[in-house]
This record gives sequence, C-alpha cells and structure tokens, in this order.
Amino acid sequence: MANILVIADHDGTSLKPATLNAVTAASKIASGIGGDVHILVAGKGAQAAAEAASKVAGVAKVLLADDAAYEHQLPEDVAPLVVSTVKGGGYGHVLAGATSVGKNLLPRVAALLDVAAISDITAVQSADTFERPIYAGNAIATVQSSDAVKVVTVRTTAFETAAAEGGSASVEQVAGAGAAGLSSFVSAELTKSERPELTAARVVVSGGRGMQSGENFPLLEALADKLGAAVGASRAAVDAGFVPNDYQVGQTGKIVAPELYIAVGISGAIQHLAGMKDSKVIVAINKDEEAPIFQVADYGLVADLFKAVPELQQAL
Amino acid sequence: MKVLVPVKRVVDYNVKIRVKADGSGVETANVKMSMNPFDEIAVEEAVRLKEAGKATEIVVVSVGPAQAQETLRTALAMGADRAILVQAEGTTEPLAVAKVLKALVEKEAPGLVILGKQAIDDDCNQTGQMLAALLGWGQGTFASKLVAGDGKAAVTREIDGGLETVELTLPAVVTADLRLNEPRYASLPNIMKAKKKPLETVTPDALGVDVTPRLKTLKVTEPPQRQAGIKVPDVATLVDKLKTEARVI
Repeated sequence: MANILVIADHDGTSLKPATLNAVTAASKIASGIGGDVHILVAGKGAQAAAEAASKVAGVAKVLLADDAAYEHQLPEDVAPLVVSTVKGGGYGHVLAGATSVGKNLLPRVAALLDVAAISDITAVQSADTFERPIYAGNAIATVQSSDAVKVVTVRTTAFETAAAEGGSASVEQVAGAGAAGLSSFVSAELTKSERPELTAARVVVSGGRGMQSGENFPLLEALADKLGAAVGASRAAVDAGFVPNDYQVGQTGKIVAPELYIAVGISGAIQHLAGMKDSKVIVAINKDEEAPIFQVADYGLVADLFKAVPELQQAL
Repeated sequence: MKVLVPVKRVVDYNVKIRVKADGSGVETANVKMSMNPFDEIAVEEAVRLKEAGKATEIVVVSVGPAQAQETLRTALAMGADRAILVQAEGTTEPLAVAKVLKALVEKEAPGLVILGKQAIDDDCNQTGQMLAALLGWGQGTFASKLVAGDGKAAVTREIDGGLETVELTLPAVVTADLRLNEPRYASLPNIMKAKKKPLETVTPDALGVDVTPRLKTLKVTEPPQRQAGIKVPDVATLVDKLKTEARVI
C-alpha cells in the first residue's frame, strides 16, 4: 500500500490552484489502493505554503523542504529532492499539476527514477491506467504503466479542485539537498493583472488576429472587467506581439475550461480549440461566417468585432 | 561548439487526424508527415548560432523509421551539417529517445542540445527534460530567447505568469518554444546540397539502448464531439440567450 506524493506548485505563501486539482487526482488513485496523499512543498521560507497544504482536504501529511536552493523551483535542484523523497518514502505515485513548473520538473524526476512520465492526464481509470489527450486533444489515449513509480502531470481543467480547508495534516520538515550548481535564476518578468488568472477564471474573453493590434485589446479588457473575466489570446495574436505569451490559450499555451468563453476575432485553428473546447459555453464573434470557430460555438455572432464588442459591453 | 538537434517526424500540423476504427491508434498511413514544428524552431536556432559564429557544427538526429531520413534532409537543407538516423520502428517513448540521445551525446560531445519542447503527436513535453536528467545537465525548457556565452547560456523561458530567465552552465539542454524564432524555408539550391550531406544510420541496439515502451496503450478514442450551436442575429439576442438559456451571465 504505497502512498501518493503530490508536488506543490506555490509562491512560498499560498498554493497555486493547480496543486488542488492534482490532490483530487491523487485522491482518486488513493481511493482505489488505500494509500495516503502527501504533499511535498519545496521552497525558501515556504512555511505558510506548507501550512496551507496541511489544510487541504484529503491530505494526510505535508513534507516541507525549506532550502534557499528551492526558491525558484529550478528542476536541477528540486528533482533530486523529489527522487530521494520518493525512494525514502516508498511512494508509488508522484503527481503535479500540468503547469509550467510541473511540466518542467516531473519528466526530469521520471528519468532519474528510470520510469515513464505520463503527461497531462484527464482521467484516472485505476492506479496504473490513465486517459490523456494526444494530437492536440483530437484523440484520447488510455495508457497503462507497469513501472514501479507512476510519474504523472494532471490537466487542471479535468479535475475539480480539492477543498482548500478542512484538512489537518501534520507538517514534517525534510532536509534540503542544496543546489546542484547547474543553473541559476536570473530574473522574471511577470504580467501584472488585477483580473482573475486565466486558468481559474469563470469567464474568459480571448482575442485573435482579428483584433488587428495590441492597441485594440483594451476593448476586450473593458468587456472582461464587466464580466469579471480573464483575458486570453490566440497564438496568432501572441505571435503578432499584441499581448504577452502568458495570454496564449491552446495546445501549447494554457488549457482553459471556464463557464463562458468568448472568442473574439479568432478563426479557430485546431491548436486553439485544443485549449478551450471543454469550456461550458462558447461564444464566437467573427466577421467571417466560414470561420471554424463557429463549428464549436454554442452562440455565434457574425459581426464586426469593433462594433459588436462595445455594444456587448454596454448591454451587460 | 558542436550543437546537437534532435528532430521528430510527425503528422503534419495541418492534417485533421483520424482515430482508427479499431481503437488501436491514429491513422498515419497515407497522411502527410513533416518535421515537428517545435523541432524546426530548434534547427533554426542552431543554424543562427552557427551563422553568429557561436556554433561550429550542427548534427541533427532522429529516432524513428527509415522515412525519418526525409525529416533529417529537411534539417540539412535548413543548414545542419550532418545527420544521424537511429532507426527504430513502432512507438518510441520519450524516455527511450532520451536514452538514445544520451548515448549519442557521449559519442559526439556537443556543447549544447536544442530540441522542440514537445512533439505535436503525443504532446508529451518530456524528452528534453529527461535527456538533461540522464546527462546531469541543466535544462532551459520552453525557451523564447537563447543567449549562448562562454561556458554559460542565458535562457528566457515562457512560464505561466510571464517570462523567466535562467543561466545554465554549458553543456546544457534547451527546448524551443514557439517564439524563439521563425524558421526559414529551405531554398532549392540548399535542398539540392542537402542531398550530398552525410547521413549515418545506426540502431538503438548498436548504441546499447533498450527502446521497449514502458507504457501500454490500451485504446485510442475520439474525444466527445462538440456540436455547433446557433447563430444569433445581433448582440441583444446574444445577451438574452446567455442570460435566459445558457444562464452563464
């Protein structure tokens, strides 16, 4: 009866929501085999994040590795810690949210353990069998692992978030392994926004090439603010420099599944659809009535977005 | 500095794929195949390093069927110097590919390995990280900028919140994201020249690597299809539908 280790994605003081999605997937695995779910928090001065992790429903134990080397989640430094934790604790599964941190770290962990990594799972069928999308979500593969340790990243939109309160896990300190000396953090340029985070927002308003320039994005921002929405973009809009990279929704950008997704001036390439087609309700506004986005939209409006968007904002 | 660039032959990104009726996989017979788009970006970055005088030789590698030679020729036409095909039929998982690449790195001793961040067929996003782990090297994944210096490289990475820059001790592994560069088209004279560039074929066995898959694919199915909804004539109708029918606002 091996336990399950979830790697926390956090900022030192709080957990990223993706950690809670991963806990839900971990709990599904645990319910089948009767193991416990533990969370590993690696960071510098991350006591508050560890305390937050200890309150998550369904978590039996939190391991806190507080070491200056883990401040920026460099995989060269964190992976050896995860590997020693897995080997020392006899874990049968290692899970993380499929965030930029999880995707960077877990394949490195898997290779060090000499096991396969299973990316971006969308369903747990059993402790060793998982569903995952391939070909930009145009096919779903069911894969079974016979490795001793299953190393898995979790598509956050496919699992509910575990309750952030209600648990009372113990927090245990584990020793850090220090820096590997292979890499160092230089700087970060993080997009500042008062709006909700793209992957966690209830409503997302996204713009594409049809926006024509970054100067027109305030149109969408005004609409987003009225709806309490996050603002996203298609790859075309990001490549054209209208908005920063972290706005990108799609196969290789962010995967979102909000209650309402409003696609404005987006044609609907399959790579974009891969990132948003699990949204509950999709609205498309595009002047080209042949645009493929209309094939997945619940409500399509063939119109000039520069007229329709301000009108929509007024009407709300 | 020698640069090694692994490339993968995949179903072209414009092809609308079909799941096989027996659920055993995706139809790849008689389907247009191309170089994985992220790997094209990796090749381009290596060629630019060479043009800037920072790289001395570019070796491209593919692990796959005999037809992956075409993919390697494309890379040679873009400006790579020579190619190695590690011929393997069937599924090659990222861990197996990383082990093959490790064996080649030990032979070729490159100062840098650049590859695409993920292949658009299996969407794994693992090989670069695994290779770095097996070699004990640093990794600069999802790179949108690469500045190679003396014994170090600065890599700007696309992360969930924006951008992050890390410094790696060389040798290291870098995986290319979309905005690292815009790959060139190979010119006809370069395509002709590429036919004469050296292309060596080896097997995983000869490199001492077991490429047996670790995962069993039980089945491959179509995702639930989303039905097209309705067209609304104007903004007022749209707002009404969202309020009374969909009830999302």
